[in-house]
Amino acid sequence: MSSEEHSPGSDQHEQTGIASAQAQVSADNPRVVSRRWLLFKAGIAVNAAVGLVLAVPVLRYLLSPWRSDSSYTSWVSLGAIDAFPNGETRLAFYKNPATRPWDGETDNVACYVRREGASQFRVFAINCAHLGCPVRWFPQSQLFMCPCHGGVYYADGSRASGPPERGLFTYEWKVVDGDLQIDAGQMPTLSNSAKLVNISNATGDQKCNG
Amino acid sequence: MQRLSKAATRIYAWFERRLQLEGPVKDAALHPVPRNTASWAYVFGSAAFTLLFLQIFTGILLALIYVPSAAEAWNSLNILNHQIPLGWFIRALHGWGSNFMVAIVLIHMAQVFLFGAYKFPRELTWIVGVFLLLMTLGMAFTGQVLRSDQDAYWGLGIGASILSRVPFIGGGLVHLLLGGPIIAGATLSRFFTLHVFVIPGMLLVFAFVHVWMVLKLGVNEWPMPGRLVNRATYIQEYQHLAHTDGIPFVPGAFWKDLVFSGAVIAAVAVCAFAFGPFGPTGQPDPTIIQTVPKPDFFFLWIYTVLSYLPPEMETPFILIVPLVAIAALLVLPFYASEGEKSWHRRPVAVLAVATIAVGWGVLTQLGTNTPWSPHMSAWSSDPLPTHVLHNATPLVREGAVVFQAKQCRNCHSIGGAGGERGPTLDSVATRLTIDQMRFKVVSGGGNMPAYGKNLSPSEIEALVNFLETLHPAGEPPAYDASRRAVETSQSNPPSARPAGSSPANRKSNP
Repeated sequence: MSSEEHSPGSDQHEQTGIASAQAQVSADNPRVVSRRWLLFKAGIAVNAAVGLVLAVPVLRYLLSPWRSDSSYTSWVSLGAIDAFPNGETRLAFYKNPATRPWDGETDNVACYVRREGASQFRVFAINCAHLGCPVRWFPQSQLFMCPCHGGVYYADGSRASGPPERGLFTYEWKVVDGDLQIDAGQMPTLSNSAKLVNISNATGDQKCNG
Repeated sequence: MQRLSKAATRIYAWFERRLQLEGPVKDAALHPVPRNTASWAYVFGSAAFTLLFLQIFTGILLALIYVPSAAEAWNSLNILNHQIPLGWFIRALHGWGSNFMVAIVLIHMAQVFLFGAYKFPRELTWIVGVFLLLMTLGMAFTGQVLRSDQDAYWGLGIGASILSRVPFIGGGLVHLLLGGPIIAGATLSRFFTLHVFVIPGMLLVFAFVHVWMVLKLGVNEWPMPGRLVNRATYIQEYQHLAHTDGIPFVPGAFWKDLVFSGAVIAAVAVCAFAFGPFGPTGQPDPTIIQTVPKPDFFFLWIYTVLSYLPPEMETPFILIVPLVAIAALLVLPFYASEGEKSWHRRPVAVLAVATIAVGWGVLTQLGTNTPWSPHMSAWSSDPLPTHVLHNATPLVREGAVVFQAKQCRNCHSIGGAGGERGPTLDSVATRLTIDQMRFKVVSGGGNMPAYGKNLSPSEIEALVNFLETLHPAGEPPAYDASRRAVETSQSNPPSARPAGSSPANRKSNP
C-alpha cells in the first residue's frame, strides 16, 4: 500500500514520456513513420493471412452436415413382409442409418406401410407434406389426418384436403428375401422430396399429386 | 468507526487508481436528461435489460443440472422438475422470464416507435434494437428446442419444413439447421451452442452498444406536437432542453427504472411460483405419433397464418414476408429520420401499431383454439346428443354409427362437441338438400375429403339419411324445388293440382 503513495510521481513521469514520444512521432522524419506504418500493415497482413488459412478448416467443419442427400440414405429393413397384411396400412419403425450414441430415442423413425398385393407396397413418410407434423392413419375412414393444420390424405397417400400442396412423401422400397426394405435416412421435406417421391422405378406407383 | 470508513476510502482509492471508472460512471449517471423523460413510459428498455440478466443468471443455474444431449435432456428436465429441490422454480423463472422478456421488448419497441425515438440521431440505436428483438426471438425459439420434448421435436420439424422451401439451397440449409439428416443428437447440441454461447454473446454485445448510444445521444425527449426534428439543429435543441429543463439521469429518471425492473422481476417470480415451469411434455420419441404439436405462445400467430394461407401463397409468404418486415424495420429510421415525433400527428404510425397488435392478438387467440385441426379422438370420445337419435328410424341410427365410425366427427361438431375444421352439422339439413349432401360426401370439395371410395353405397345412404334429420325443431329441411315438382307431377297430373300448392310430401330417400 505504501508504495502506492509514491505512484503519482512515476505516473507523471510515464505521461511525460508518452507525450514526448508522441511529439517525436508527429514531428519525426516521415521515413521512420512510414516504416512503422509499413510494419503495422505487415502485422495486419500476417494476421489476415493466418485468419484466412484457419477459416478454411473452420468452414469445412461448420458446413460438414451439408451433404448430398444420397450420402445420408441407405437401405434399411422394416421387417418381414408377413407382418404387413394385404390391403392394410400399418405403422412401422426403423432406426435411422446414420446415428450417434447420444441420439437416444430420436433416431427411431416411424413410417406407414401399405400392402397392396403379394409384393406390392407403398411406404409413406410419417411427416405431413405441409410442415412435417406426424399424420395419423384412420383405417375406418381410410384417411391420414394431420393434427397440426388439418391436412388430410387418402389411403394411397394422395392429397385429400387441407393446406398440403401434394401427397404424402413416399420411400423407395424393395423386397429382399421376404424382408421389406426402404431407402431412408433423412427427414423428408419439400427440398429432398424429389428423392423420396418414388415415381416409377421399383413399384409402379403413380406419381403423387402436386 | 471512523478508522473503518477511512480504510474503506483507502481501499476504494486503491481500486479507483487502477480502474479509473469513477469518471465515466459519474458522467453516465449524472448526465442531464430532459425532465419529462423521467416518465413511466420510459421504463421498458431498462426492464428488458434487467430481464436479460435474470435469464443469464437462471440459465447458468439450469446448466448446473441440464444435460445437453438428445438422449438425456428430457430426463434431466424431469429431474430438475421433480428431484432437485426448487429445480422446478428455477425452470419456471427461466421460462416465465423468457415470456416476460419477449413481451417487454415488444412493448419497448412499440413505445420508442410511437415516440419517434428512432429519428435522427438515434437511427443506429433503433437498428441495433431491431437486431436485439430478433436475437430475443431467436433465444425464445432455441430455448423451446432445448426443452427437448415432443413439442420441441415436432417444432423443429416445422422449422425444417419451412427452411426446406428456400429455393436451391433449402436442402443444405435443413442439414445445417439439424446438424445432419434428421432431428437427433447433433440437432440438440447445436441448438444448445446457439442458445448458450452464440446468441447470448451477441445479445450482450448488442445490448451494451444499445445502452452506450442511449447514454451518448441522450434519452429521447418527450415528443411535442409541432416540435419537428431537424438534422441541422436537433443536437443543439436537445442539449439546450436537457440543460435548461433537465435533471440528472440518476436519481431523477432512474428511480422509476429501478422500481419497474424490481416489479417485473417480482411478477416473473410470482408467475413462476403460481403457474410453475413449462413442460416438458412427452418424451421426444418420434415413434410416438399420438401428439398434437404446438409452438410456444409467441410463435402461435405464425402457426395460425400457416393454416389460413392459400397453399400457393404459403411458400412465398413465409420466405419473403419476414425478410420484408425486417428490412422495413431497418429502413424505417432512414425513411423518416426527420420531422414529427409526436403520435398525435402520426396517425399512420398509431394505426400500424394498433393493427399489428390486434392482428397478433386475434391470430394468437385462433392459434390457441386451432379450429382448423381435426379433433383426433372426437369420433370415439364425443357421444352424439341423445335428442338427435330420439325416435330415429333404424336407417338413421345406422347413419349415426357411420357418422361416428368414419371419423366425420373429427372435423364436424354436433351439439358443441367434435372438430371445428368443417362446418358444424347441427342444422345441416336446412342448408343442403339430401342430394347435395350425398354429392358432398361422395366427392368432397373445399376442405372435405371425398368419401366415395371409402364408404359403401348403403353406408352413404344411411349417413345422408341421418344428416337429413339434423335440423332445428321448427325449421323444415331444405328441399330441391324442381325435384319436388317432378315428384308431384308424377303422382298427380299437373292440370289437376299446381305443384307449388301441394304439402311437402317430399321423400326423404328418393
